[in-house]
Amino acid sequence: MHYKQGRLHLFLNRLERRVSEARKKQLTEASDEELIDHVLAHNESAAEALVRRYGGWMLSVALRLTRDRALAEDCVQDAFANVFSRLSSFERRSSLKTWLYRIVVNAALMKLRGQRARKESDLETLLPNFDVNECRIEEPWRRILTPEQIVGSEHMRSLVLHKVNELPESYRSVLLLRDIEEMTTAEVAATLEISPANVKVRLHRARAALKRLLEPLLRGEVQ
Amino acid sequence: MKPSLMSRMMRKAKGLMFKNIPMMINCREFENFMIDYFEGSLPKQQVRVFEFHLRICRECRDYLGAYQRTIEVSKRVFANADDPVPDDVPEDLVRAILDARER
Repeated sequence: MHYKQGRLHLFLNRLERRVSEARKKQLTEASDEELIDHVLAHNESAAEALVRRYGGWMLSVALRLTRDRALAEDCVQDAFANVFSRLSSFERRSSLKTWLYRIVVNAALMKLRGQRARKESDLETLLPNFDVNECRIEEPWRRILTPEQIVGSEHMRSLVLHKVNELPESYRSVLLLRDIEEMTTAEVAATLEISPANVKVRLHRARAALKRLLEPLLRGEVQ
Repeated sequence: MKPSLMSRMMRKAKGLMFKNIPMMINCREFENFMIDYFEGSLPKQQVRVFEFHLRICRECRDYLGAYQRTIEVSKRVFANADDPVPDDVPEDLVRAILDARER
């Protein structure tokens, strides 16, 4: 009697495990649309599948922007909290990935804004100089290092990252989204809720200021 | 003659040239055209004016070269991150996200 009960118990356990594996597989293979419907129906396994499907990619986006693993993980956590609370209002006009991208980028920008101890350069002092005749004042460039020479040195790489970090926040975020994340002007404008004309002006000023900050390095004066 | 005095005189001569040559823009106007030039949204006529200025102005040529190099360098440095790019989301992060959702 006991023997039969034991066998039955074992059989039920195996069956349960198989059903659970089949459900997981079904969720892993589900389309984004189906996954969203499952999450909205309070299916916790679907929420986990969503995190596993996009979490690694979102972490790499956050890592690229923050350059800090712990900060990037916080961003992903904040982003998912936002995703789950706003999923019911996701209108599905854009793809889920595009929507998640915007959320994680915003989370990263919020974290970067929160870095109070960061030293910011005064942008006005870094912009190009002109004389009374509106002629540019620019020391001749007799030598300029190649990207390979700079990327090949760990010290120089870290200096570049440090200098990007010195840009005032409203300029740094435009530079990161436009030049590093390669968003279009319209996408940056929508993400930061500013006009496309403003994006262009900030981008140009950010690049000009970064050029000035990197001058000693580009001229080969930094070893 | 000190180089700084020489370059001041050269700039003064250039300033006069910018004022008197038709279709010529000065360096500040060149600066204002730069972003649209890079975005490809500068009208054809202005592209010609921009490139004409570039041919005769050493300072703007040098500046533009260093500006472009800055963009290349920042792109390359960010692409060459030391941190390994995660393929999968770490298990403890998955748990933290799902735990926060349950609360």
